[in-house]
Amino acid sequence: MAMTNLEKYDKAFMVNLKVKKEQLPGLKYQGIATWDSVGHMDLISDLEEAFGIMMETVDVMDFNTYEHGKEVLAKYDVEIE
Amino acid sequence: MDYVDILALAPYGIGREEKEQIVAERLSWLTAHHREHCADYRKITDGLGYKEGAKAGSRDIPMMPVRLFKERELLSIPKEKVFKTMTSSGTTGQQVSRIFLDEETSRNQQLTLARIVSEFTGQSRMPMIIIDCPSVIRNRAMFSARGAGILGFSMFGSRRIYALDDSMKLNVEEISAFLEKYQGMPVLLFGFTFMIWKYFYQELIRTGVKLDLSQGILIHGGGWKKLAGEAVSREEFKERLREACGIQRVHDYYGMVEQTGCIYMECECGHLHASTYSDVIMRRMEDFAPCGVGEKGVIQVLSMIPTSYPGHSILTEDEGILLGEDDCPCGRKGKYFEVTGRIRNAEVRGCSDTYEQK
Repeated sequence: MAMTNLEKYDKAFMVNLKVKKEQLPGLKYQGIATWDSVGHMDLISDLEEAFGIMMETVDVMDFNTYEHGKEVLAKYDVEIE
Repeated sequence: MDYVDILALAPYGIGREEKEQIVAERLSWLTAHHREHCADYRKITDGLGYKEGAKAGSRDIPMMPVRLFKERELLSIPKEKVFKTMTSSGTTGQQVSRIFLDEETSRNQQLTLARIVSEFTGQSRMPMIIIDCPSVIRNRAMFSARGAGILGFSMFGSRRIYALDDSMKLNVEEISAFLEKYQGMPVLLFGFTFMIWKYFYQELIRTGVKLDLSQGILIHGGGWKKLAGEAVSREEFKERLREACGIQRVHDYYGMVEQTGCIYMECECGHLHASTYSDVIMRRMEDFAPCGVGEKGVIQVLSMIPTSYPGHSILTEDEGILLGEDDCPCGRKGKYFEVTGRIRNAEVRGCSDTYEQK
């Protein structure tokens, strides 16, 4: 069965930042050791690949929490429900 | 003026008078801020004869000699607020600068870099080839100047590969496959001048490998410094790279770990430009009076960013010449200049050139 957007979104976080599903709500850039600038680039690359989009530099920097990331992706017509 | 408002201004759109006002106001505020929060800075600026409350122009802001950041730990935040420490490059046995960043300063550095570089690359990110080896960013808590430069620029890359492996060997096959995949698209290349020359350009020549980088934009910094014996002029660097791989757009930049974010990019006319967010003043060796246009002096760099460490006004150990202000043929406003080298007797210190040869 195909993954939903939310599942893809969560998976990118869990794989790249090495976190569990229950850690996702409230997760913040620089809030945990693995979500540093290196982890951030890996996460963004994976999300771009998963959703077939290419984000602009300002949006890459604006993408700073698990929740706000969904709003950033909405700009690229990716709906995370 | 808050830094967020300064950052909203166009990177190269502010003329002389308005710029002086912004610089003087922001830097006076930063001077007062650091005097309040860093006891060492207060002592040093007292020693330099700084008068609190005096109306200061940009040229009156006290200058911190760059080597003080090697000799002391200078910070204006409690130690527990430090989340990243950056170090300058230095060869074995040399002391390195230690620069302490909190969340705000680090973020402002990134945003500033993005504002400046986007003026040259556009808003869109591009596939990116980093001309260095992956091990340079492996220690994530403590970044060297090289690692910091690579990380800072990584946000302009959509897909990234490293051109070198950890033994500094050129990954020709991987690069070719990458270029094939993104054929016809602009590709960003980033690296340090000396590394590009030694491990990329010279390797292409030695092996006769042909890469088509006609769609490439190369941004490089760090200079030659220690390897002045091997140095080629900026023009020759460009010309030889053009011959070797067809790359048309090459931009050098001047910057240092003590003022990360505020880099000075080279324009299409070959001039280094101060952006809205920073400034340069060339100083005479004899009395540190500001130099006029065309006169060689020691470079003082001013950055409107740092609140976590007192590095907003630094006297470097580099020499340069102010070429003009607001009237570069490229159309960008602000000062433009060239860097001519190191001051005599300055400790040898470079960015890309401290890679220890094995």
